[in-house]
Amino acid sequence: MKALKTLAYVLALPALLVLAWWASTLGSVNFFVPTPAALVEKFGEVWFGPRFFSDVLPSIARLLIGVVAAIVIGVVGGVLIGSVAWLRALLEPTLEFFRAIPPPVLVPVLILLMGITDSMKIAVIISGCVWPVLLNTIEGVRAVDGVLSDSAHTYGIDGWARVRYLVLPSASPQILAGVRQSLSLGLILMVISEMFASSSGLGFTIVQFQRSFAIPEMWSGIVVLGLLGVAMSFIFQWAERNILRWYHGQKEVENAA
Amino acid sequence: MSSVTSDARASGGPVPGAGRGRRPGRGLPVQRLLGVAGILGFLATWELIPRLGIINERFLPPASEVIAALALDFGLTAFWVSVGETMKAWFLGLIIAVSLAVLLGFIIGSSSFLRKATNSTVEFLRPIPSVALIPLAVLLFGVKIESSLMLITYAAFWQVLIQVLYGVADVDMVASNTARTYGLGWMARIRYVVFPTALPYLMTGIRLAATVALVLAITAELVIGSPGLGREIALAQSGGAISGMYALVLATGLIGVLINVLMRFIEKKTLSWHSSVRSEVVV
Repeated sequence: MKALKTLAYVLALPALLVLAWWASTLGSVNFFVPTPAALVEKFGEVWFGPRFFSDVLPSIARLLIGVVAAIVIGVVGGVLIGSVAWLRALLEPTLEFFRAIPPPVLVPVLILLMGITDSMKIAVIISGCVWPVLLNTIEGVRAVDGVLSDSAHTYGIDGWARVRYLVLPSASPQILAGVRQSLSLGLILMVISEMFASSSGLGFTIVQFQRSFAIPEMWSGIVVLGLLGVAMSFIFQWAERNILRWYHGQKEVENAA
Repeated sequence: MSSVTSDARASGGPVPGAGRGRRPGRGLPVQRLLGVAGILGFLATWELIPRLGIINERFLPPASEVIAALALDFGLTAFWVSVGETMKAWFLGLIIAVSLAVLLGFIIGSSSFLRKATNSTVEFLRPIPSVALIPLAVLLFGVKIESSLMLITYAAFWQVLIQVLYGVADVDMVASNTARTYGLGWMARIRYVVFPTALPYLMTGIRLAATVALVLAITAELVIGSPGLGREIALAQSGGAISGMYALVLATGLIGVLINVLMRFIEKKTLSWHSSVRSEVVV
C-alpha cells in the first residue's frame, strides 16, 4: 500500500502533464507541437537507426572523454595548487578570471586554434569543465581539517599516502560539487560545439531538423538531450551516494546532535 | 567557507570581534601582490607564445595587441550597445526566472503533498540542458531577445527553485509551531518564519543563477545570433578580426567577474544579520 502511494506520487503529475499535452493537441493541428503519438513514433524512427551510431554515440564519447579529462586535470591540478600556499595565492585570481569567462565563447577561439575537428570539440568540453572541478578542489584541499593534517604528519604519513588517505577524502565533498557543475556544463558545451560548427553529432542533427522544419524530429532530438541529461544526473547521484556515504552519515550524526 | 572564519579566530585577529569572518589584515598585501604577479605572469606568457612563434600570430595575437583592441572597444558606442543588449537579456531573464521560482518554490515548498507530487517532475526537467531548447527558441522567436530570454529563464529557474525548496524545507519545526501557537496567519508565517529561513538558500540560488544566466545569454547570441556580445564574437571570428575576437572574449570574462563580485556583495548585504548560518550554507 505504501509502495503504491509512493508510485502514485512519482507518476501522477507526469501522467497529468502528458494527458494535458495529448488533449491540447487532439483537435487542432498545431504546426509547432506534435501529438505525443507522433513524437514517440518519430523518436523510434529517427534515433534507433544508423543515426544512433553516426551521431549519438560519437557525441556521447566526446562528452565522456572531455568530462573525464577535465575531472582528472582539475583534481590533479587542484591538489597541487591547493597544497602549496604561495602557488595558490599566485594563481587564484587568474583562475577565477578563467572561470568567469562564459565557456561557450571558447568555441570560436578553439575553432580558430584547432580547426573544426573532434579534438577541438573535446578541448571545448575540457576547457569549460575544468574550472569548477579545479577551483573546488583547491578550496577543498585548503580546508583540510588542521588536527587531522597534523596527526597525519605526526604519524609520518606523507607524500602519496597523505594525498590518498587524507587530502582526497577530505576534499571529496567539494570535488564532487564541482563535478556536478561540470557535468551539466559538459553537456551544454557538447551541444554548442556541434551546433556552432560541425557536420555530425546530436547538436548538429537537431539544428538540421529545425532548419528543414522537421518539427516532430526536432522535438525527438530535444527529448534525446533531455534523457541524456537525466541519465547523467542519475548516474552522478548514484556515484555520489557511494563515494560520499561516510560524509552523509557524518552529517546526519552532526545534525542529530 | 566556515574555515575562513575559524582561521581568523585561531590566529587571533588584531581586535577580537572586529574582524569577524575576515582574514587577519597582515597576510593580505602579500597575497594580493602574488595574485597580481600571477596575472602579470599569465599575460607575459600569452605575450611570448605568439612572439616566439609557438602558435602563429594569426591565430593567437599577443596579449598587448588584444588589450589594445579591448581599449579601443571601450571607446566605441557599438561595443557598449552590445554589452547593453547582453546585460538586458541577462537581467530580464534572471528577474523572470527568480520571480517564477520564488513564487512556485514557496507554494510547492509549503505543502508536503505538493512537494512529493512534484518531486519526480522537477528531478526530470531540471537536468534537461537548456541548449536543447535552442531550436525551439529559434522557431518560436527567431533572432529576437525573446529566444535568449527563454533559454536564460529555463536555465536559471531550476537553480533558484531547487534552493528555495531546500530553504523552505529547512524551516525549524519549533519556530514554525511557535508561530502557529501565537496565531500567526499563513501570510505572516511565510513572512516572519519561512522567508528568513529560506533567504540564505535563495541568495545562493540567485548567485548560481546569475552565472548560468550570463553563460546562456552569451550562448544564445553566439549560436542563434540574437544581438549582443556573443554575436559580435561570432562575427569577429568569421570576419577574421582575430584580436577583436579575443578582446571580446576578455570582455565577457570581465563581465563574469563583475557579476560574481556584485552577487557576493548583494549576498553579504542581505544576509549581514545571518552570517553564522550563511557560512554553513555556502559550503
